[in-house]
Amino acid sequence: MSVFIIRRLLQSGVVVIIMSFIVFSGVFLIGDPVEILVSDDADQEEREEMIKSMGLDKPFLVQYGIFVSKALKGNLGESFVFNEPALLLILDRMPATMELAVVSLMIAIIFGIPLGVWAGLKPDSWASKSIMTGSILGFSLPTFWVGIMMILLFAVMLGWLPSTGRGDVQVILGMPLSIFSWDGFSHVLMPAVNLALFKLSMVIRLARAGTREVLHQDYIKFAKAKGLQESRIILVHVMKNILIPVVTVLGLEFGGLVAFSVVTETVFAWPGMGKLLIDSIGLLDRPIIVAYLMIIVFLFVFINLVVDILYSILDPRVRLQDVKS
Amino acid sequence: MTATDQDLTEGNKQDAQEFEGLQTPFKRFLSDFCESKLAVLGFLVIVGIVLLAIFAPLLTPTDPYDLTSVTILDSRLAPGEKMMSGTVAYLGTDGAGRDMVSAMIYGLRISLGVGIGSGIIAMLIGISFGLLSAYAGGRIDALFMRIVDIQLSFPAILVALVLLVTLGKGVDKTLIALVVVQWAYYARTIRGTALVERRREYIESAVCLGLSKNRIMFRHLLPNCIAPMIVVGTMQVAHAISLEATLSFLGLGMPQTEPSLGRLISNGFEYILSGKYWISVFPGLALLVTIVSINLVGDRLRDVLNPRLQK
Repeated sequence: MSVFIIRRLLQSGVVVIIMSFIVFSGVFLIGDPVEILVSDDADQEEREEMIKSMGLDKPFLVQYGIFVSKALKGNLGESFVFNEPALLLILDRMPATMELAVVSLMIAIIFGIPLGVWAGLKPDSWASKSIMTGSILGFSLPTFWVGIMMILLFAVMLGWLPSTGRGDVQVILGMPLSIFSWDGFSHVLMPAVNLALFKLSMVIRLARAGTREVLHQDYIKFAKAKGLQESRIILVHVMKNILIPVVTVLGLEFGGLVAFSVVTETVFAWPGMGKLLIDSIGLLDRPIIVAYLMIIVFLFVFINLVVDILYSILDPRVRLQDVKS
Repeated sequence: MTATDQDLTEGNKQDAQEFEGLQTPFKRFLSDFCESKLAVLGFLVIVGIVLLAIFAPLLTPTDPYDLTSVTILDSRLAPGEKMMSGTVAYLGTDGAGRDMVSAMIYGLRISLGVGIGSGIIAMLIGISFGLLSAYAGGRIDALFMRIVDIQLSFPAILVALVLLVTLGKGVDKTLIALVVVQWAYYARTIRGTALVERRREYIESAVCLGLSKNRIMFRHLLPNCIAPMIVVGTMQVAHAISLEATLSFLGLGMPQTEPSLGRLISNGFEYILSGKYWISVFPGLALLVTIVSINLVGDRLRDVLNPRLQK
């Protein structure tokens, strides 16, 4: 077991190092940030001073070396635009993104599982068929367009919900959150539903497939033969067994939600880290782009590591195979 | 006798006889596919869209790229209003004064071109790596699959985003980003299929006959792995079109001068709050119809081509 965990940790470390190099060299290639930062009437001397102060005059590998040694101390550079540490700027925006992602996840679970189970129990009814057609739509529709249509319908035409920003923010456990006030909730609702649609379709499909599989198992037949109530069979026996794949996939997909919030945040002007990334790309603010990508790389590597380890605990075959190969 | 009959080898003939000795595999596939009316509809829509895209210059009322005829005076006309040139803009005009119908058909052309083009290139690369991986096994296999695993553990949108931030805007750059994002799916799929097919007797006999590795890989192994590739390919094209639209919406990908559907939607987004819905809504609907049709066909192909579900 410990051999397996050490191997996976080492692998994750290698992935982080490789990714940091790819990200840094990739971002290194984008346009000249000096062009944007230096005012037009600056003379050559001022320009060179600017380049020097940002460390852009050094060779690429030296810049990468400086970046790594600073990154190890938790310093991912200073934003060219805001003149603040990039890491702080991103951490400042993180609660907004996390809130959005968690609310979306909740929506996907709360609506997805009952709909999926229903579609699995009565596969031939018209309701199930429309649920499944809806889930195909949820997979096909591009998130950003659905977001725009939601704004058009609920904000412009009906005027029910606000279309931008976070609204009233309350500090709870040291984190600014919108969900606990009515105003904040009305702001978070549309972006969260928008972000949830894709995962909702996925949960519906997983729950449906799971239900149909579980229904043929002997223990369900036995429960029926025992004369248990239909509701108890569904809520206890079916539910418990379909939750395993649903929870695993959702755990893996949480990173995807954070990544996709880039799109939703842009549509709804949600002040999260995804919006910060897109804004920084426009401004060629390299340190923020690099810092964001490094945080995402860490997040993904971490999620994958945890899932791998959990799998190996649940299913010993996984780690045995890995140690052998 | 048709050409497809000659394609039947000894082994397939027996199968064919089981199907009353009348049907060729292709006819069987066709009748299976046509059982789903939705899929047939999807297929017809795709054919229509592709024709629209190919013959765009002949079909559009105006040329949205011709800067001499596009004037700012026409900008943001509501659907049905007349433009300066006298042409009726049935779906309105956008912020730059381009007729939406024309802009959409040209946009469709770019979206489809990038989607299908990147799909084909990614498929070729994926097939090469996947087949090699499956056939060579050992270290090469482990290395390739580790790369695939790592890449697929990051969401496609992020990988594409990073690439486009680095590469900049343009059709070629978008194409590269989409290929990089997609090749791993193909590689993984074909490797899975090829690993199963490899153990079949016909490969063994080909090896015994002393055929060259390349010949076995591409003439014997590949044709038998092609069915799942078609399914993945169809789905991936829809995925690529949607991804390209998303990236263009974020301001990456396609340049302003050659707007794809995503770019058109993004252009219209700034007018949404003032109620000028048509600039965003219609390109979005075109995108939607395209993606849904491709997915419907892909869904049906998966059912028909899946050997486990075959009667």
